[in-house]
Formats: sequence, C-alpha cells, structure tokens
Amino acid sequence: MKKKLLSVLLCLAMTVTMITGCGETEEPLDPETQAMVDKAISDPEYAPVPKESMKVGVIHIGDPAAGSGYSYAHDQGIIGMQKEIGLTDDQIVRKNNVADDDPTAIEAAITECIEEGCVLIFATSYGYMDTCEKLSEEHPDVIFSHGTGYKGNGTNFNNYFGRIYQARYLSGIAAGLKTESNKIGYVSAFGKTLSETAGGINAFAMGVYSVNPDAEVDVKVTNSWYDPEGEKQAAQALIADGCDVIAQHCDTPNPQLAAEEAGVFGVGYNSDMSKDAPGAVLCSVMWDWSAYYTWAVQQLIDGTWTGDNYYGGMSEGLVTLSDLSDLNDPEAAAKIEEAKAKMLDGSFNVFDGVIETNEGTTVGEEGSTLDDATIQGGIDWYFKNVVEK
Amino acid sequence: MREPFIRTVKRAELSPKQTAALRLAALLLALTAGGIFILCLGYNPFAIYGTILSGSFRSGLAIQAVVKIMISLLIASLAVTLAFKMQFWNIGAEGQIIMGAIFSSFFALFCANWPRVVLIPVMVVAGVVGGGLWGLIPAFFKCRYGTNETLFTLMLNYIALYLIAFLRDGPWRDPANPGFAKIATFEKNAQLPKVFGVHIGWIFALVLLAFVWVYLKYTKQGYEISVVGESQATARYSGMNVKKIILRTMFMSGAIAGIAGMAQAAGSDATLASGVAGGVGFTAIIVAWLGNLNPGSIFIISALFSILEKGSSVVQSNFGLSTDCADVLQGIILFFILGCEFFIRYKFVIRGKDGAGA
Repeated sequence: MKKKLLSVLLCLAMTVTMITGCGETEEPLDPETQAMVDKAISDPEYAPVPKESMKVGVIHIGDPAAGSGYSYAHDQGIIGMQKEIGLTDDQIVRKNNVADDDPTAIEAAITECIEEGCVLIFATSYGYMDTCEKLSEEHPDVIFSHGTGYKGNGTNFNNYFGRIYQARYLSGIAAGLKTESNKIGYVSAFGKTLSETAGGINAFAMGVYSVNPDAEVDVKVTNSWYDPEGEKQAAQALIADGCDVIAQHCDTPNPQLAAEEAGVFGVGYNSDMSKDAPGAVLCSVMWDWSAYYTWAVQQLIDGTWTGDNYYGGMSEGLVTLSDLSDLNDPEAAAKIEEAKAKMLDGSFNVFDGVIETNEGTTVGEEGSTLDDATIQGGIDWYFKNVVEK
Repeated sequence: MREPFIRTVKRAELSPKQTAALRLAALLLALTAGGIFILCLGYNPFAIYGTILSGSFRSGLAIQAVVKIMISLLIASLAVTLAFKMQFWNIGAEGQIIMGAIFSSFFALFCANWPRVVLIPVMVVAGVVGGGLWGLIPAFFKCRYGTNETLFTLMLNYIALYLIAFLRDGPWRDPANPGFAKIATFEKNAQLPKVFGVHIGWIFALVLLAFVWVYLKYTKQGYEISVVGESQATARYSGMNVKKIILRTMFMSGAIAGIAGMAQAAGSDATLASGVAGGVGFTAIIVAWLGNLNPGSIFIISALFSILEKGSSVVQSNFGLSTDCADVLQGIILFFILGCEFFIRYKFVIRGKDGAGA
C-alpha cells in the first residue's frame, strides 16, 4: 500500500515537472525586435490621453463611506480631482475594502480596473506596493501610482507621498500647549523601524518641545495601518497611563473617540476628525490628496507624464492642518501661524541643525537640514522627549 | 406520545426529473429573493444579475480572473471529497491549504536559486507533505483515541493560521518592508509559470480532477473508502484494515488541499500571505456537498461559485454597491440552494395528515 501511495505521488511529481518544463519554453525574438522591446520597456512614451477617454482606478483599503479616516481622505482627493479636471462618474472605478495583506485580492481588484479600461490606477495603501510592481511589468501600457511606499520603476510605476511631518510639527505645538500632565500619547502604526512613522513622531515631538520642553511624548505601536480595535486599545492604555492629549498615525478615528470618551484631548489624522470627536479634537493633520491626483491626471492628459516619484508638502497644498477647534490654548493659533509662515518661506524645515535623540546621540549638522532621501528612508531614531511604551 | 405538529420524514428516492425540477425551483426562488433584496437597495435586479454574468465573461482578463478563483476552490473541494466519501468530517481543509503553502514557501524563500525544473516540483511535494501531515494528525488521534474529527480538524485551522502570522511577524518577515509586516515576495524563479495567462495551478487542478475521479471510481483503494464510509463494521468484516484506510485517505485529502495552498502561494500571491486560504477551505465543503461528492459536478459547481464571486466584485465597482451587499446576495442564493438539498432528501409532515409516507 505504501508503495502504491508513493508511486501515485511520484507520478504526480513527474507530471508537474513535465508541465513546468513546457511552460518555460519561450521563442527567442530576433535581435531587432528584442531591441525595440527593450527600448519600449526602458523608455515608454506616454502619448497624451484625451480627457474623454481618461479612466482612473482607485484601490481603497477601507470604504470611503465610513466618512472619515484614510480611505475617506483619499476619496475626497479623487472627488476633488474629478471636479478640477471635469471627469464624469463613470470615468472613475473604485475598488473598496481591498485587504492589504491578500495579494490575490489586490491583484484581482487592480486587474478589474484594467478590464474596465483604466489607464491610470491609484493604489492608496502601503501593502499594495509589491503587487503594483508585479503588475506594472505585465501591463506596460497602464500607469500604476502607489501611495506611501518607496518603490517605483521610473516609467509606469511611481510613488507618491508628502511632507506630512510639517503639519505634524504644527499639531505638536497645539498638543504641547494644551497638556497639563505633560504626558502626550501618540498611537502609531509602526515605530522607529519605519522612517515615515518615526519622522512623523519626531516632528510632532519637536513641535511639542518648541512650546513645552517639559512634556514627553509616549508612543504606542499597533503594528498595523488599519486596526480599529487595536488603535482604540492603544489610546486607552496611553490615557490610563496619564496622557491627556492623544495624537495618532493610523487609519481610523478610534483613538480620538477613545480620547473623547475619557474626557481628554486629541490630534486627528487624515481627515478633519473634529467631525468624529468634537469634544476632544484640537486640530487634525490632513492630506489634501486632490493636489496630487489632479496633478497626476493632468500630466497624463498633457502627455507630460514622466513616471517620477512625487513628494509634495504644505507649499503644494498636499499637506494641511485643519482649522483649530475652540478647545485649544489661546496662544496656539499665533504660535502655529508663526511656525507655518517660516515653513512656507523656507526658513524652517523641521529637521534643521543638530537634533538630539532619546539615546543621547545626535543627528544632523549645524547649518544644514536632513535631505529628502534621509527623511523618507533613514529616520531610525526618536527625538529626545519621545518614550516608546 | 402525541405526534408533533410538524415532523421531518425521509422521502422515497426522487426521480432525476423531480430532483432537477426542485433544484430549478430553488434557483428561481433564490434569484427572486435576491432580486427583492436588490430592489430594496434601489437597483434593478436584472441589471445586477446581468452584470454578474457579463462581468465574468466580458474579456480574456475577466475569464482568467474567474479561472484563478476557481483553481484553489476546485482543488480544495476535491480534497474534502475524499474524506467525506469516507464519512470523515474534514473541516480542516483551510488549515491543510495553509500548511501546504507554508511548507512549499520554505523552499520558495530559501532555495530560490535552485533550477526551476527542480524547485517547482520540490515545492509541490512540500505542499503535499505539509498538507498531508496536517490531515494525518486528526486521523491519527481519531484512530488511536477516538477523538472527534470535526472539532479536531476545525481547531487545527486556527493553529495553522496563527503559524503564518508568527512567521510573518517574526522569523520570515521581509526586512526590506519596514512599514509593513509581510513575507518577502517570491523570486520569479519560485513563482509558477503561466500558461494562457493563468498560473499552471489550473493544470494541477485538472490533473487532480482526473485523478480523484479515477481513484474513487476505478481503484481498490477508492472502493475501500466508500465501504469504510458506509459501514466500518462491514469493512472490518471483509478484512479491511480500517485504521490504515482512514490514515491513508486523510493524508491524501490533506495532501491535495496542500497542493491548493502551494498553487495559491506560488501562483497567485507570489508570497506567503495570511489570506492564502481565505475561507476557500470552508467554501470547498459546500461545493463538495452541492456536487454530491461527484468530481464532475464539483467542477461545475466550483465554476459557478467562481463566476458568482468574480461577478459580485464587478457589481461592487460598477454600481457602487458595498462589498457586504454582494456577500448578502451570495448568502441568499446559497441559503435556497442548500435548503433545496434538504427537501430533496426529506419532507415535512403536518400532524393529522395521514399516510404521509412515514
């Protein structure tokens, strides 16, 4: 019996070997055609796409109908772009609730956009990155624009993100002035293993420090961009620990709801979260994605798409701070306005000069500022008033 | 004792014509009930149903997407069929898929530089071994200690699922992705090649379909499975080694599920993701039963399920219908179809109505 079983397995293995062997054979192209293909792959020229035949796909990790948070903010950006450019509703294809840890689901959603005839696909979540990379090779005529990651191929796969740390610095001023316990909580998707989150925490902490050197920023990491329950629990733990302002770098407004419930204050993220927790939110760090989406679609219509990565900030209108709520310290508005003016005229760039870390070391040099590459990929330290819990 | 108001009674065998009529009625009822649900949401049911169909067949890409969904579903349904034929309630295909994927991913991640003609077959064998062992464990405990296999296989699913989470967050985490806990994308070399635009998992599925059909219908072992399923006493009396048959069959059931996991990881996901099974192991149970444990019918049913899934996804984007609504629609359709199977085998008898074939 065992032998029989073994032989069945062997047969199976052999069939498979034969099959895979067949699957690999590829006719070699003649050198001229090959050269043309190579050139087309390395340097495709995107002819202008007329506005009427423009079709845009959007992959959301959540459902914009939630009315707040990450996917909502991106969808507001898409709607803004649609109005600005003047596209009709059926020129936008949305795929909602696409889990970022299920490559098959991501591929199915993106492929469906391609089926619908989309020429440009905005993949809004970090976890979509590798699938975009894979599909950009298989569909050289479709443009994949991926938010928040770091990969790109310079042609039909680019990356878009921005200087959200500028708005975080400003929100730190509001938090630093408001706190009475001098303990400010910060719920973050990741910690200093990721430059994006570490940079955000540091900018916030530096904003706090600029108005209140005695306050510390307590960070709790959830290890997920979208974890409604975990985000709430992290906020509750920070509040129990004595924090009286809760800032966040994660997708749902739950940390703000937890703050309101406990009678403390908070700083929202992505969209204006004073809608969700009017009794707690001081201000919100916001993206206005329409700035990028409009720019990208216009590039394609004009035939000037280059495939370069996009990194915008407050001066491009990509990053903003919401209006301050009435809950703020009276001094906040003036101090924030002052710092903002310096950012806009370029005299202050947040990561300027020598910066002390919480391990006693220093980063940066007097008279210079961290370059974009370091900000996007090299911040693996915390500012001196940060404590990771 | 007083007769209950309503009781269920086993029917005499229905003729194939009657059965077909019942099934057709169930399908119509399902579509009607689903249609009422769609109407309540403010959409045109015909447009929605039409989109489900057209969305699945509108282009080569769409058909490929249907096939992709079907591959793991068909393989997993064949896997549980073997166990169910033996009346061994293997609710653990989900976990067996995952273990097959984990075992084969080991080679995909750490032996990616092997020649492809060696690597891919090794990954298939690894999938067979991983899934097979995961199926063998509950069979062993059932034979040795008489444990309940339904609970045992069900619980093993969760162990397998958390094993992936452990590997993803710990030893196998991709260091190149600091912002996201995931396992590295497989090298091209370790991904299944494509034939007609779909990874060769579809060929595995067809080979396995033929294999399971022949195995159940024409081999001695296949016959033994159905004897053990009908009556273990009969099997023992006729000199069969029941324990051995149970162990062997559960290994094969798990092994086939393991191939589904391997194909999904190396063909579709190109990585080991926690959603590698994604509920397919459970859907497979429904498919196997709707197909009456007959490989040919299972092929058709899994195709229909795949069309429904792909079509619902198009409905979501075309009509802006939430993904949850698509799930509700699928649930309604399943409810009627499965309910119909009950009425094919049983009927209700109301108290006082005489002669109702009791």
